[in-house]
Amino acid sequence: MPKRLAKTDVVIVGMGAAGGVAALPLTNAGLKVIGLEAGGWLSPRDFAPDELRNESRNWPQSVQKAASEAPTVRATASDTAIQGGHPMMNAVGGTTMHYWAQSWRLNPWDFKVVSETKKRYGESRIPEDTTVEDWPFGYEELEPYYDKIEYTVGISGQAGNVQGKKNTAGNIFEGERKREYPMKPLRSSPFTDLMGNAAESLGWNPFQGPAAITTELFDGRPPCQYHGFCNKGGCHVKAKSSTAFTVIPKAVDTGNLEVVTFARVTRIVTDDSGRVTGVDYIKGSETFFQPADVVLLASYAYENVRLLQLSTSRAFPNGLANNAGQVGKHYMTHHQGAPVTALFDRDLHNWYGLPAQGVAIDEWADDNFDHSDLDFIGGANLWVHTDRKPMSAAKMSTFDETRNWGSDWKAFIMKNADRTNSSYIQKTTLPYEGNYLDLDPVVKDPLGFPVTRITARYRDNEKRIAAFSQEKMEQWYLEAGAIKIVKYGLGNVMGATTHAYGGTRMGLNSETNVVDEWGFAHEVPNLGILGASVMGSSGSRNPTLTVQALSWRTAEYLANNWRSIAG
Amino acid sequence: MNKKNNRSGSGNNRKSDLLEESLINPSRRNLLKGVGLVGAAAVSTIATSHVIAADSANMNSNSNAIAPREALEALTAEEAETLAAICDCLIPSDEHGPGAREARAVHYIDKSLASHNSGARYNYSVGLNAINEFARKTRGKSFTELLLDQQNSILLAVQTNKVSGFIPNGSGFFNMLRSHTIDGTFCDPYYGGNQDFVGWDMLRYPGIRLGASEADVSAGASLPPNHQSAYDHSTYTKLADNSLTDTEGGNGYA
Repeated sequence: MPKRLAKTDVVIVGMGAAGGVAALPLTNAGLKVIGLEAGGWLSPRDFAPDELRNESRNWPQSVQKAASEAPTVRATASDTAIQGGHPMMNAVGGTTMHYWAQSWRLNPWDFKVVSETKKRYGESRIPEDTTVEDWPFGYEELEPYYDKIEYTVGISGQAGNVQGKKNTAGNIFEGERKREYPMKPLRSSPFTDLMGNAAESLGWNPFQGPAAITTELFDGRPPCQYHGFCNKGGCHVKAKSSTAFTVIPKAVDTGNLEVVTFARVTRIVTDDSGRVTGVDYIKGSETFFQPADVVLLASYAYENVRLLQLSTSRAFPNGLANNAGQVGKHYMTHHQGAPVTALFDRDLHNWYGLPAQGVAIDEWADDNFDHSDLDFIGGANLWVHTDRKPMSAAKMSTFDETRNWGSDWKAFIMKNADRTNSSYIQKTTLPYEGNYLDLDPVVKDPLGFPVTRITARYRDNEKRIAAFSQEKMEQWYLEAGAIKIVKYGLGNVMGATTHAYGGTRMGLNSETNVVDEWGFAHEVPNLGILGASVMGSSGSRNPTLTVQALSWRTAEYLANNWRSIAG
Repeated sequence: MNKKNNRSGSGNNRKSDLLEESLINPSRRNLLKGVGLVGAAAVSTIATSHVIAADSANMNSNSNAIAPREALEALTAEEAETLAAICDCLIPSDEHGPGAREARAVHYIDKSLASHNSGARYNYSVGLNAINEFARKTRGKSFTELLLDQQNSILLAVQTNKVSGFIPNGSGFFNMLRSHTIDGTFCDPYYGGNQDFVGWDMLRYPGIRLGASEADVSAGASLPPNHQSAYDHSTYTKLADNSLTDTEGGNGYA
C-alpha cells in the first residue's frame, strides 16, 4: 500500500514548461501546491559548452525516467511499432532547460482553421479524414495570457502589430497585441543580415523571431552572451528564461509551493463518483499517495496521455477521462522535417550563433497567402538561424561534391565548415483519423507499465506544404547567394518529437474532446490538463509560449473558481 | 589564415618529415600509423590534453612531461591497429594537414567504447574482424598491411554493403565508425580526441568562448583560436566550488 501523505490543495504532475507556469498564479492566490517532478534541479554549472556531451550524447535527457519510456512508433495500424528516441526532459524546468527557446504566439488563423477555410475557400477545402475543429475561443481570448507570459517569464522580440499598428521590423502577420515585447530582440549577425537582405529583395518581410532569452538585464538575470550552446544545453548565465529560473522560484518564494524531485507518478487515483483524489508516485523505493483537491497533469503530451490511459478505475475502465474514447486521439507531431540545406561560397560567421538567433519569414505560413489555386491549406514559417558546432559542421552534407570521407572530403570540410546552412521549416500539421496514441501491447517500462505507442503519418496536406515551402526556401537561399541546394524528403512517419500535440484535445464538444475550454476534463471536474496535448491545431511555429499561456489561463481559472472546482 | 602555429615541440618536425615520406611510400606510412598509435606520436602530443583534464592552470606546459600511463580500455591491440588504419583513411593526414591520427581519434573511440558507447563495443569487434577477414580473403594480407588505395577500396566496399559480417550491415557499421571518428577528431579534447585542437583548427573553428561579441562574430575564422576545453573553465570542472562560480555574471555583450 502506498504511504498516504497529508492532503494538499493542488498537485501538479510535472514541473516543466507548463506545470512551472501554473504554479505561480495558484500559489499567488494562496493555494497550497505540491509539484511532483521526475527529475532534479540543475544549475548553470551543469551547462558546459560541450557539443559531445550535450548534442551527441544528449546528456540532458539521456539517463532519466523518460529515457526508459520512449514511445514506440509506426506509420499505420498494420505496421509493427519500433521504439525510437524521446524528446522529453526530466528536470525542474523540464524542456525549457534545453530547448531553443523560440517563443511564438500562434497566429489568429490557427484557432479557426475550419471556419476560416470554409469562409475563404469553401467546405471542400478541408482535407479528407482530418478531425480538426476550431478552438473553443479565438486568439483574442489568449492575448492577455500571451502578454502575461512574455512579461513574467521574459521574452525578447520585435512586435509587428501593436494595437493594429503594423511594424515591418516585426511579424506583420501576427495577431494584434496589446504592447511591445519587454525586451528588444536578439541581435542580428552577418548571416542574418545576409538572409534578411535577400528576403527584402524578394519583397518578403524578414524579422527576428521571439525568444525566451534575455537581451538585457531582466528580473535580475543577465543578457544572452551569444556563446551558442543553447541547443540541448541550458544557459550558463540563466539568460534562457527557463521556468526553473523564473516562475518556479517565484512560486517557491510564496511559501506555497513544495517541489518534490525524483518523483515518478504512476497513477492518478479516482473515487467511484469519478472525481480524482490524488496521485500515486514512487520516490526511491517507496510508493506514496499524495491526496489533493485538484490534480493538474502537466507531463508532456506523451506522458499526459499515457498516465490517463494507465489510470483505469471503476468509474473509468478505459482510462481516466476516456469514457468518450478521446484520450490519445487528434494526435499530431509538428512537421518540422523536410529541411533545405544550402552551400555558400563564403564563410557565414556562424560559429557563435544560437538556434533562436535567426530570421523568420511568415509570408508562406498559415493563411497569410492566397490558397485559391493551391491544393492544400495552411503553410510554413521559414526560419534560418546561426548555430554551428565543430562535430556537426564536419558531418555536413557533401552536396555530392565528394564522397563523405578521405582526402577530398577533408579538403571539402576544411573549406566549407562555416559555409553551409540548414533551414528550419515548421509546417501546419492537422489531426487525422488513424493518427493516435495508445498503450504499446508489447514494450513496457522498467516498472512493467506499457509505453506509449504512436500510430501516425503525415498526409497529403502536410507533404504538399513541405514541397511548397521547400521551393520558397530554395528561392530565398539562392537570392542570398547560395551555390548549391539540397532538399530532403517530404516526411512520412510522425516519430516522437519536441512538438507533440493533441491526445487530450480542448473543445466544447465532450464527444470529440477531452478537456473543456478552460482545460478541465469534461468527464472529471477536478482534473486539469496542461501542455500541448490540449492543442487542437499545431500552427506553424514553436508551441511553448502557447502552452504556457494556456497553463496560466487554466491555473488562473482554477484559482478564481476554487470552490466550485475543488468541490 | 594559417592557424596551425600553436603546435610546438621538435616532435612535430620529425612527424611531418615522416608524413611526407609516408605519402611517397605507403608501407612506410602504415608503419608510421602503428607508431602513432602506441609510440612516438602519442608520447609527443599526449601531454597537453592530459594536463588539461588534470589541471587547467598548467595547460600551456606540454612537451617535457613524461609519457602518461595509458590503457587500451576496450579494444584489443590488433583491433586498435586496424581501427587506426581505418581512421587514417577516413580523415587522412595529408598535404592539407593533420587528420584523425594527430587528433588521436582511436584513443577517443577506445575510451568511449569503455564508457558511453559500450553498447557498440561488440559491433566494433565483429566489424573490425570482418574487415580484416575480407582483406585477407581478397588481398592475402591484413588491412593494416595493405596499400592506401587497397584500404580505401575495401572501405568503399564496406560502406556500400558489398562486404558481409557486420552488425547491422556494412553501411551501418561504416556510418557508425565514420561518426565516431569525426567525434574523436572534433570533440572537446577532454574526451581524449581532438588532441592539440587539431580538429578545431582544421575547420578554422576559433574555439569555445563563454561569450561572443559582435566583433568576435564579425571576425569569424580570423578570430585567433583560443584552444580551450570547456573544462578549462573552472565553473564546469568536477572540483569547482559552487560558492565561487561566476555564472551569475555576464558582461553585457547584448
